[in-house]
Amino acid sequence: MNKILQKQVLAPTLKQIIVEAPLIAKKAKAGQFVILRIHEKGERIPLTIADYDRDNGTITMIFQEVGSSTKRLGLLEIGDEILDLVGPLGQPTEHPAGAKRIVCVGGGVGVAPVYPEAKELHESGVEIISIVGARNEELLFYLDNMKAVSKELHVTTDDGSKGRKGFVTDVLKELIESDKGIDAVIAIGPMPMMKAVSDLTKNYGLKTIVSLNSLMVDGTGMCGGCRVTIGNETKFACIDGPAFDAHEVDFIEQMRRLRMYQIEEKVEDCRCGEGME
Amino acid sequence: MAGTKKNPMPCQPGEERVKNFLEVALGYDEDVAINEAKRCIQCKNPKCVSGCPVGIEIPKFIEKIAEGDFQGAIDTLKEKNSLPAICGRVCPQEEQCEKVCIVGIKNEPVGIGRLERFAADWERKNRKEQSKISNTEGKKVAIVGSGPAGLTCAGELAKMGYQVTIFEAFHQAGGVLMYGIPEFRLPKEIVQEEINALLNLGVELKTNVVIGQTITIKELMEEEGYEAVFVGSGAGLPYFLNIPGENLNGVYSANEFLTRVNLMRAYLHPQWDTPVKVGKKVAVVGAGNVAMDAARTAKRLGAEDVYIVYRRSEDEMPARIEEIHHAKEEGIDFRLLTNPMEVLGNSEGWVTGLKCLKMELGEPDSSGRRRPVPIENSEFELDVDVVIIAIGQGPNPLIPRSTPELQTSKWGNITADESTGNTSMEGVFAGGDVVTGAATVIKAMGAGKNAAVAMDQYIKNK
Ligand SMILES: Cc1cc2nc3c(=O)[nH]c(=O)nc-3n(C[C@H](O)[C@H](O)[C@H](O)COP(=O)(O)OP(=O)(O)OC[C@H]3O[C@@H](n4cnc5c(N)ncnc54)[C@H](O)[C@@H]3O)c2cc1C
Ligand SMILES: Cc1cc2nc3c(=O)[nH]c(=O)nc-3n(C[C@H](O)[C@H](O)[C@H](O)COP(=O)(O)OP(=O)(O)OC[C@H]3O[C@@H](n4cnc5c(N)ncnc54)[C@H](O)[C@@H]3O)c2cc1C
Ligand code: SF4
Ligand code: SF4
Ligand code: FES
Ligand SMILES: [Mg+2]
Repeated sequence: MNKILQKQVLAPTLKQIIVEAPLIAKKAKAGQFVILRIHEKGERIPLTIADYDRDNGTITMIFQEVGSSTKRLGLLEIGDEILDLVGPLGQPTEHPAGAKRIVCVGGGVGVAPVYPEAKELHESGVEIISIVGARNEELLFYLDNMKAVSKELHVTTDDGSKGRKGFVTDVLKELIESDKGIDAVIAIGPMPMMKAVSDLTKNYGLKTIVSLNSLMVDGTGMCGGCRVTIGNETKFACIDGPAFDAHEVDFIEQMRRLRMYQIEEKVEDCRCGEGME
Repeated sequence: MAGTKKNPMPCQPGEERVKNFLEVALGYDEDVAINEAKRCIQCKNPKCVSGCPVGIEIPKFIEKIAEGDFQGAIDTLKEKNSLPAICGRVCPQEEQCEKVCIVGIKNEPVGIGRLERFAADWERKNRKEQSKISNTEGKKVAIVGSGPAGLTCAGELAKMGYQVTIFEAFHQAGGVLMYGIPEFRLPKEIVQEEINALLNLGVELKTNVVIGQTITIKELMEEEGYEAVFVGSGAGLPYFLNIPGENLNGVYSANEFLTRVNLMRAYLHPQWDTPVKVGKKVAVVGAGNVAMDAARTAKRLGAEDVYIVYRRSEDEMPARIEEIHHAKEEGIDFRLLTNPMEVLGNSEGWVTGLKCLKMELGEPDSSGRRRPVPIENSEFELDVDVVIIAIGQGPNPLIPRSTPELQTSKWGNITADESTGNTSMEGVFAGGDVVTGAATVIKAMGAGKNAAVAMDQYIKNK
């Protein structure tokens, strides 16, 4: 069960794995995620289902190695098994009804979750304009995939090593102002990027959906660790989301909550060199 | 002649045990157990039996202990209760069997729970290696959730010859027994042994399957060939106070705090990967068993000051008396008639305190209970860096949400017949906390057992 069938190194700290998971593949929809645990003493970490193949019973995950669990996951090879894998979790993203033209923005590893959204919308006849951004060229991936489902694909890098130098919001602003008849925006990436997109589109009253990467434990609504303030209400990202109306999200609170275990994660980093090999 | 009081339960001393997660209560030895068993006067009309939700033949099992026939005692217990080592530890006996014990009218009641625990522990030590039965013949039934309700229902159906599959959302079975009740009250090894014994009856366990997400109840019945389904998905949805500051860093639901520590072993971080913030000064809001567990856990993890903050008075505290007593011995500071108003935080978003209002008892309300009313201008700040909310839980939402056929109450509890577990959906039965709201282990087991009987009848009449 949960055997890794394919593995691809997209960039030194960015990996893609295709895993055998027939039950999950059968049900997965854009916007949903899995929670996995790699070893007996492991924590439960959420990853988006970046793609799925119902016929072959597989799901694809793309992850950035940021800490001990994602680094350990990166060490697994083809043929290895993931100890625990549960999903699909969360609600499928509810796409804006009647929208004809949607901009999909993916920042960094956020391209992984934005791709299935773009693909699903494209297949249902919505015209997609994509903006993909990363720090530098090395961290860009899925450009071909995105291109295949988009009418236009724009690329930005912080350092100008590929595409346009600058931020995804620079392109988004121009697109909005060029009056292309954009009905909605879906933006997924680091919290500051999603906040910047949200702040921008708010000015234009443009419907925007983001997908939150809150801290999670169970992913089934029983711990409340993933809570987010949406409008004036507290919601649980794992069962009410992870996608929400960007203009309702308290991003400052979310960014703070993501730092909850920074000290503990540093301790892990010091020892992850030893125990892991 | 037997004494007027129960034989005391030997315990780890308070100052010792706050430094470890080992079990607090150590259990009777054989001599003490026999002595306690002899306190039972073997009533002709034993009231105790009616106080036990699963109707254990209490005088009979106690008589066996008194005779030194411990195997006979455990056999009697197991006729009605498949998880005696667990119930003997965590049943609120003072509210159930022991409350109505006839000896208890004049003296302290017989220590029924302690004797049950003794017999179960004796058996665990002397248990023979069981071989796993496998069953690929009987009709298929599905159980959702592996808490006490689901485990019991599964065990009963397996004994009747059904092919039983349990689907569990977590990576480990046991429900609250594993992720909620702490090690020092209910060692996880015991829970695991009891689960293994059930699995040996031929029950198949599928972890990491969330019914309603991975597969729905309807699909189980229509596509996977399950003849009937039992839903024992529990009440795990944590309630919050809805006061300002509740989403600050350092505020936990008791569920999250206990799950990190019990299931994910955060107390062994960084050897285990899951972290937890314990804090130096911890306020636990609420006064039920869950609150006591959270407070005592925080203390063991090294918190210097741990408060129970509760807006009513001592008399209303819902926790078991024994647990309150243990918490006090361990130095938990009870701040009663204290109502939390706001969690205070610094500019970085970390908890710095809990603003509270003092309360006093006012006039009795219609139920005769004196209602707490705020004392004017009594606001004060409790200096804490972690706040744990333990004010109750609602039913887990994923099944009601994904199964519109299932009728629920306005709080989301699945509506089910108390004696059969019958729901509004044909072939689907439910029991335990998801039906009743947060209750007890033994009530959940009772519901699982009743449902098993009804499911058998349903399938036979189909
Ligand atoms: C719904 C959802 C989908 C996600 N999808 C992806 C994805 O497709 N690809 C990807 O690379 N990352 C994704 N993430 C983020 C990913 O879960 C974290 O990067 C990962 O948990 C980090 O774990 P670590 O031990 O390697 O790093 P750590 O050093 O432990 O943590 C690094 C940072 O990751 C975050 N994090 C840590 N633990 C958790 C946790 N249990 N849950 C959520 N975030 C955590 C925190 O912000 C932390 O500061 C997603 C998160 C969510 C909630
Ligand atoms: C901290 C704490 C202390 C307690 N102390 C005591 C005590 O001392 N004595 C006592 O008698 N009672 C105590 N209780 C209450 C008691 O534990 C519960 O009443 C009892 O566990 C309920 O059993 P259950 O089988 O209905 O549900 P649970 O034990 O909650 O089990 C439900 C199971 O279903 C799983 N599940 C949920 N949704 C799904 C889904 N969609 N698909 C698959 N699986 C799912 C859950 O992961 C869980 O494993 C305590 C509770 C807590 C939280
Ligand atoms: S199961 Fe609980 S209520 Fe029944 S006899 Fe045992 S301790 Fe008492
Ligand atoms: S009521 Fe008390 S004394 Fe009587 S049989 Fe039951 S346990 Fe024994
Ligand atoms: S992750 Fe626990 S409630 Fe969402
Ligand atoms: Mg980590």
